[in-house]
Amino acid sequence: MSTRAFRVRIDVRLDSNVNDPQGNAVLGGLRSLGHHNVQGVRIGKIVELSLEAADVDEARARAEQMCQELLVNPVIETVEISVAEEV
Amino acid sequence: MRAAVVVFPGSNCDADARHVLTEVAGIATDFVWHTQTELRGYDAIVLPGGFSHGDYLRTGAVAARAPVMASVREAAGRGVPVLGICNGFQVLLEAGLLPGAMLHNAGIDFRCEWVHLRVDRTDTAFTNACTEGDVLRMPIAHGEGNYFAPPELLVRLEDEGRIVFRYCDPDGVVAPDANPNGSMAGIAGICNESRNVIGLMPHPERASEADLGSADGRVFWASLLAMVTA
Repeated sequence: MSTRAFRVRIDVRLDSNVNDPQGNAVLGGLRSLGHHNVQGVRIGKIVELSLEAADVDEARARAEQMCQELLVNPVIETVEISVAEEV
Repeated sequence: MRAAVVVFPGSNCDADARHVLTEVAGIATDFVWHTQTELRGYDAIVLPGGFSHGDYLRTGAVAARAPVMASVREAAGRGVPVLGICNGFQVLLEAGLLPGAMLHNAGIDFRCEWVHLRVDRTDTAFTNACTEGDVLRMPIAHGEGNYFAPPELLVRLEDEGRIVFRYCDPDGVVAPDANPNGSMAGIAGICNESRNVIGLMPHPERASEADLGSADGRVFWASLLAMVTA
């Protein structure tokens, strides 16, 4: 069975009911630059995977498994996964 | 009696922990590398402080998936006392051996200072030699010690008496001013349901010799000895 190359983008965010001290610090920095219209800052992270899989569904399933096993802590984080085939 | 100090890449309090266990408590202690999977024969396990795997992804996250952790889980299930100090506490949270998660300190800064802890539970493997309400003086050194639990978990921890230590003032009063990192309910340390797995952010191994500013941490090792040799 041949495999194809996929680029998986995993966006990890702090859950909306979790305080984000990093975001608050950056909010303070932006305001001290005069950006008083900024009401809030939330900081997350992006994990990009280069992945071999049979198809999009398998690539997504693998990525979901990796999120469960290591990449995301469901106590404090939420995740969004997008999959694109490498061209 | 024999103790193990688990060493991860980036652990940096492993030697301190072993020194105190051997020289202060008189417990023969081995270093156990994180790739090892054999922990039978140990009566106690310490996960030391440090910055395992550079704190990358989340503090303790990568270390929590190391080969040795299956054996730590197995030993904990057998009732072996397990103590996670600072990064070791973060590893226990990430491994699911203790509930909840760590966030960046509320003030964003790294806090390296002496704090006071109130002992709220004396029915654990590492506090049975304490008296409830004892105030212990110990150092902290962490950037992510802001303990978070979803509301229903926090209620459960309170109801089940699993909040072992809270940050307090020198008189034992738990107050926002005495909380160095924004931890919920002033939590400095918790235990599992069986009370043999304990995690805390402050460093008892750095407060076990009067020459270093405090010997209050000795009560941890006295408790451990009392429990294992009972």
